[in-house]
Amino acid sequence: MIRASGLTKRYGEFTAVAGIDFAVARGESFGLLGPNGAGKSTTMRMISATTLRSGGDLRILDRDPDTHGPEVRAHLGVVPQEGNLDTELTCAENLYVYGRYFGLSRRFLRPKVDELLAFAQLEDKRDVKVDALSGGMKRRLTIARGLVNEPEILLLDEPTTGLDPQARHILWDRLFRLKEQGVTLVVTTHYMDEAEQLCDRLIVMDRGRIMAEGSPQTLISEYSSREVLELRYGTGRNAEVAAQLEGIGQRMEALPDRLLLYVDDGEAALEAVVGRGFHPIASLVRRSSLEDVFLRLTGRSLVDE
Amino acid sequence: MSGASALSVAEYRLRNMWKWKRAIIFYGLGGPFLYLASIGLGVGSLVNANGGGLDGVPYLTFLAPALLASAAIQGGQDEVTFPVLAGFVWQKLFFGMAATSLTPAQIANGVLLASVVRIIFTALAYWVVLWGFGAVTLASAVVLIPCAIFAGIAFATFMLWIAAKVRNDDGFFALVGRFVITPMFLFSGTFYPLQSLPLTVQWIGWLSPLWHATEMGRALSYGAGAQAPLFWLHALFLALMGGAGLLLAHRQFTRRLTA
Amino acid sequence: MITQLVFASAVEIAERRSGRRGASVYAGRPWALIQRNLFALRTSNALVFFSGFVEPVFYLLAFGFGLGNVIGSVHEAGGPRVSYAAFIAPALLATSAMNGALADSTWNVFFKMHYAKFYNAVMSTSLGALDTALGEIGWAVIRGLAYAIGFLAVVSPLGLVHSWWALLAIPAAGIVAFGFAAAGMAITSYLTSHQQLNWVNFLLLPMFLFSGAFFPLDRYPWFAQQVIHALPLWQAIAMLRSLMFGELDIALLGHVAYFAVFIVVGVTFTTRRLNALFLR
Repeated sequence: MIRASGLTKRYGEFTAVAGIDFAVARGESFGLLGPNGAGKSTTMRMISATTLRSGGDLRILDRDPDTHGPEVRAHLGVVPQEGNLDTELTCAENLYVYGRYFGLSRRFLRPKVDELLAFAQLEDKRDVKVDALSGGMKRRLTIARGLVNEPEILLLDEPTTGLDPQARHILWDRLFRLKEQGVTLVVTTHYMDEAEQLCDRLIVMDRGRIMAEGSPQTLISEYSSREVLELRYGTGRNAEVAAQLEGIGQRMEALPDRLLLYVDDGEAALEAVVGRGFHPIASLVRRSSLEDVFLRLTGRSLVDE
Repeated sequence: MSGASALSVAEYRLRNMWKWKRAIIFYGLGGPFLYLASIGLGVGSLVNANGGGLDGVPYLTFLAPALLASAAIQGGQDEVTFPVLAGFVWQKLFFGMAATSLTPAQIANGVLLASVVRIIFTALAYWVVLWGFGAVTLASAVVLIPCAIFAGIAFATFMLWIAAKVRNDDGFFALVGRFVITPMFLFSGTFYPLQSLPLTVQWIGWLSPLWHATEMGRALSYGAGAQAPLFWLHALFLALMGGAGLLLAHRQFTRRLTA
Repeated sequence: MITQLVFASAVEIAERRSGRRGASVYAGRPWALIQRNLFALRTSNALVFFSGFVEPVFYLLAFGFGLGNVIGSVHEAGGPRVSYAAFIAPALLATSAMNGALADSTWNVFFKMHYAKFYNAVMSTSLGALDTALGEIGWAVIRGLAYAIGFLAVVSPLGLVHSWWALLAIPAAGIVAFGFAAAGMAITSYLTSHQQLNWVNFLLLPMFLFSGAFFPLDRYPWFAQQVIHALPLWQAIAMLRSLMFGELDIALLGHVAYFAVFIVVGVTFTTRRLNALFLR
């Protein structure tokens, strides 16, 4: 569906995307993971035919978005990061008018709007102006709007940023349904759990480059251990203790607020640490996540919230 | 003590105004200046050609008291409507102020006080412009400037009250401009004697602080229709408008900030 | 999603124009935006929209009738001697059309561009920059035309219309509105702060006051007259005066050509700017 090779975007001296290669297959759910400024949104805008590339090649359904913008955009549903719903219109009007921008007929759109309002669980907000909606509702309406032209590919830029946990889960549930219906999803996120939940396959991006590619599971097994032991000795002591724990586990990351030990058996590792006489203030054994993969790849934490 | 608190609100407003000083000078004086140059000189030449001016004086002399009062009124109006909308609707600043030891009436007084500063500045600066055009004599400053300031304050208190009533600014400024400010500017005997309008529209002038101030100014500066009782009636109207406006504004501020 | 075959899909609709000249900027659907603006009008403050032409009416009543009593009749070089009210009426008609056209193409466009992110959404559909430009400008023209018609409807009973040619003043006002809307949106699309828009807006006041609306220009020196003749409002006033006085001459074509240039340049720059802002 999507093929990128050597895809590059420069803004003057600054290179936002530095020659990346990837391909997305039909029905796949594909993620772009990385911190703010990694080049995810720029990549998305090139895919959505709203930004011209500076180099390399890009094909969406075998079309070049730079020269066939309108056709490419007709194939796509776009759910941008910043809310750009039409605040002067109601929910139903937002969907209807957006469909009219694609040239869709009135008779097609009337039932379509009802169907999409049901999908977004906003039937009772039909004639309400979008100003009055909660953040989660607005995001669901934006997704519904992106579906009005029955796109084969849906692009979601940070779909759950800024939403509370309950609203996120409702949204994920809606996206699973789309996946089941065969819509190809392309998702950018800086949330690990979101990438693990939604994506079949993903690329990890940092500073405009691809650091790794694969399914969440293969990335975790390739770049991290089975379990992670988190230890806290207080901000002052973490570094000092870290030096004393050499040899336990495969690898260690010393962060300012905690130590991360990459191990196969977390409980056993904790015993070994205590055995050396270092009782932590707090400790936690957990499964390895994409956060750890990112830390391994870049030496930096992913979420700097 | 209450004076000091209102002063702190006024100080905050004046600091804010200082940030906009260029816009205030440009828009606040530019508009009246352009009217003077266009209508005063251009239309004035048509009027003067047809029987030597209006009301027995050259057109510019006739126009000057009205344009001066109008500039003061519009300047003062700006400084009550925008801050009050910001205070109650946009940034809700007044609710934060009301959480301190400030009373609602003090907040209202502070905003008004700052607008009075703008009114005085506008009246003085625009008088200089009029004088530069030869529209007023040096001696007239003593009477024209106070009249304009008086009218500016009367209208500002009235608009303070109105703005404090607004809950949703959707179209507020467009409608006030269209149905209050423009008709007041045009139908207050500004550009010709109010008496030359049919009675069906003359009433707009009777209600307008601009007309009352203009009549006072014309009477004092070149002795137009100088009858003492009528003069004091105009002054009484402005005083009543200002007093009632302030009273109503205090009530409205209190209602909104303590409810 | 399963496509219902009875209706053309978004892709089919987009492919119909594929390969045609200008397909990347024009999808043939400026109407979609006009429809959107109609929807938005229903939820906005209708009084603000529909009362937009009252200010020129007030000016006509105040100056035409109030001051008209003092001034009597007016005569401009080459024109007939008319009452003062009849002299300023065409000018205020032009102002009505201008105000209506600029209300949407300046403030509203600026708001949509910088606060509502409206064009980001529009330009991520298969619409092009020219659709967007024509749709938005077209809507502004509708508003300008509506104000012009409103003004004429209120003013005609006052006995200021002397010729059947005045009917042509309506399409002429449409041309005026089109010119101002195109220029207004083009300029607005290049502005980055609303202070700049305030300055631009302020320039309209001297244009309104010095474009010969309220007094004949013959009292100005020759050079000043030439400058004023280059202003769009003077062109509009001159065009509408000749139609409403029923005195047609070749200069009319000049005014129409003037606005045609405004329209073409305005639409072109708006389209280019939208493309540069949202499709780069």
